[in-house]
Amino acid sequence: MSAQKAPTNEMQRLTFWERIYLPEIARGMGLTFKQMFKPTFTRQYPEERWEPEGSYRGRPVLVMEEDGERCVACGLCSRVCPALAIEVRAGETTKEKERFPELFEINMLRCIYCGFCEEVCPEEAIVMSKDYELVFSSQAEGVFGKDKLLVPVAQLQERLEFLRQYR
Amino acid sequence: MPQIIIDGQYIEAAPGKTIIEAALDNGITIPHFCWHPALTVAGNCRMCLVQVGSHKKDTDGSLMFDPSGAPVVNWIPKMQIACATPVADGMIVDTVSKKTEETQESIMEFLLINHPLDCPICDEAGQCKLQEYAFTHSAGKSRFDEQKNHKDKRVPLGPQVMFDGERCISCSRCIRFADEIAKQPVLTFVRRGDKVTIETFDNTQFDSPYSMNVIDICPVGALTSMDFRFKARVWEMSFTDSICNGCARGCNVKLGVMNNELLRIEPRTNMHVNTYWMCDHGRLAPKVLVENDRISEPMVRRNGVLTGTTWDEALREAATLLQGVKAHDVAILGSAHASNEDNYALAKFATSVLKTPHVDFIKHNDPTFGDTMLKVNDVAANGIGAHSVGIHPASGGATSDQLASKITSGAIKALVVMADDVTTQSTQLAEAAASLSALIVIASNVSATSHMAHVVLPLSSFAESEGTFTNTMHRVQHFEAALVTKENERTMGLKMSRWDKFGAPNDRWTHGSRRNSRSGWRIVQQLANAMGAQWSYANAEAVFADLAGHVALFNGMTYELLDQYQGLVLGKAATPEPVGVIYESHVLKPN
Ligand code: SF4
Ligand code: SF4
Ligand code: SF4
Ligand code: SF4
Ligand code: FES
Repeated sequence: MSAQKAPTNEMQRLTFWERIYLPEIARGMGLTFKQMFKPTFTRQYPEERWEPEGSYRGRPVLVMEEDGERCVACGLCSRVCPALAIEVRAGETTKEKERFPELFEINMLRCIYCGFCEEVCPEEAIVMSKDYELVFSSQAEGVFGKDKLLVPVAQLQERLEFLRQYR
Repeated sequence: MPQIIIDGQYIEAAPGKTIIEAALDNGITIPHFCWHPALTVAGNCRMCLVQVGSHKKDTDGSLMFDPSGAPVVNWIPKMQIACATPVADGMIVDTVSKKTEETQESIMEFLLINHPLDCPICDEAGQCKLQEYAFTHSAGKSRFDEQKNHKDKRVPLGPQVMFDGERCISCSRCIRFADEIAKQPVLTFVRRGDKVTIETFDNTQFDSPYSMNVIDICPVGALTSMDFRFKARVWEMSFTDSICNGCARGCNVKLGVMNNELLRIEPRTNMHVNTYWMCDHGRLAPKVLVENDRISEPMVRRNGVLTGTTWDEALREAATLLQGVKAHDVAILGSAHASNEDNYALAKFATSVLKTPHVDFIKHNDPTFGDTMLKVNDVAANGIGAHSVGIHPASGGATSDQLASKITSGAIKALVVMADDVTTQSTQLAEAAASLSALIVIASNVSATSHMAHVVLPLSSFAESEGTFTNTMHRVQHFEAALVTKENERTMGLKMSRWDKFGAPNDRWTHGSRRNSRSGWRIVQQLANAMGAQWSYANAEAVFADLAGHVALFNGMTYELLDQYQGLVLGKAATPEPVGVIYESHVLKPN
């Protein structure tokens, strides 16, 4: 070791050029300047919307066929939901599948978009949609009933195909 | 006694028993569908096939053992059905061998050939024997890819039972129950092979008062309850052990609750009381009483009208009214519908606080109700209990028959009625009661009596409180609260279903009502304390401990012992009968 004293604070550790700071400012400006000519990634939301892929897990929705929902109110999604977001109450129909959801509600204040409901559903009746824009102004509005949950099967093709790859 | 070996375990089997019975007695369950301990053996499902053999003997007649010391077995070439093969000395049975396993898997594959596999729709899912064995005894794959058979799916067999032909596995349990237990032989198989189904004979229907038991014993979801269909999945309910209050038999039951609503009552095996069954009345009627026409809040009469008020206010009013009359002018009506605890508290209130001899209860006899199976004519759950804990007139006291005339003559001016309606005693009593200067009613349901009352105190029903009933065979049986009330909310946490437990106010599904009712003993205690007594029972168990210490017939009883022995007989707590083998065909697991 030399006789020179080891630096004890930040000031002593810096060289002269580092201490006057000007070269660093110039370097920073240079970087900023360079970025200005690169392509931008920022999106002008909401004018410019992002359309997710089929793999995206937006809010869970119920699949609606021509003759009504696919759901048979088996209650498995409600059972598996870690956030206890789903309530299903079954009723009886005269259709071949005797059961249907008289009431189906998802409390979107509870849902954590885990997709377990979709995974457990034996009827492929609940799927994660591409819808990520959820706005409500009261707690009561956050509970979605069948009116908001049912989505025609045609609009959910991409997700259904995505899921089939893994069946 | 024949000695047999099942899966290497030496077993002493009673002679005449079948393999499946001997196994069950020793805690081994052999998979089965059609066998039921209370029904004759049909031997048609073949699920119970096991390997049976005998110990091989050497030429010199000595038993042969392999190098590891295990017996060398002469297996019978064909598998035997455990439900119909009687045990014989020296028999060796293997219920877990590769061959047995393969056989079980084949039987499952066969049974599932035409089974619709609509578990998501089926009410049985979650407590289905077929579903259970599909996990434990099936290969999980089917070689059958042809079109499945279709049969009628919604056929009412009677007023309470709906039949689904596709789900039926033709075990004939329902047919045998109708023939042998319900003694109403109207069910039969029709057609053959994969077209076989069940029908009632022409112009008959299965409307036995015990018809709904076939729903429980049906191993699959082929028989469903018209009353319950699709109300809830089994796993969404919590099940609490209770006692039916439909009549004095006191059948052991389980109460199925979801969203704090009583949805289903089903039997619980107690070999000393109801064995495996209960009557349809017991499944349907108590439920209605728990859910309908309940008194929702304490009420006092103001300017001639019953007006809702707080508990404190109502209790104060009741105490003031009772203090306004002389001790001998007050009569107490306990109840054959209320628990031993509630009646004991009321009897104690009469003797130590009010000091009146006029204590009795109304007897409920319906000569048309009883039968030779379970139902008895005493249609209240606890008449014997009420009497034994002290609800009977002291010397000089009026009986319930004498009440009407005593009131009209002015000898009795005030009446406290618990859990009963005076019109069920006589119309005279009802008319007389209208002229009382104080009528205090502690009751669950709205009745003619509660309409006349000066003070009404809402009582928890048997489903909302803990206690004991004493049945017609003098057996004291313990029941627990299944529904949450404002009173027991803090102690119910563990028993509530998952949804009830974790609900928050912004979840609509927790909006099952919490009734503002209290247990009978607590109401009596609060009334006694409002009149200067110093009672301090913390819970029903404390009341029972006091009762067991003071009433000789109950000496030695505790809730723990009652649970352990599924009830104890009055005066015989020291010599309990053993519980015996409890067979449960298929239940929600873990329960
Ligand atoms: S996505 Fe997850 S949290 Fe949301 S409803 Fe489905 S299971 Fe529940
Ligand atoms: S799991 Fe599927 S079929 Fe079952 S209740 Fe949920 S959405 Fe309906
Ligand atoms: S209806 Fe049920 S109990 Fe009757 S034969 Fe069919 S499976 Fe067995
Ligand atoms: S026999 Fe009596 S105790 Fe048993 S279920 Fe019927 S009503 Fe209830
Ligand atoms: S249980 Fe033995 S054949 Fe069905």
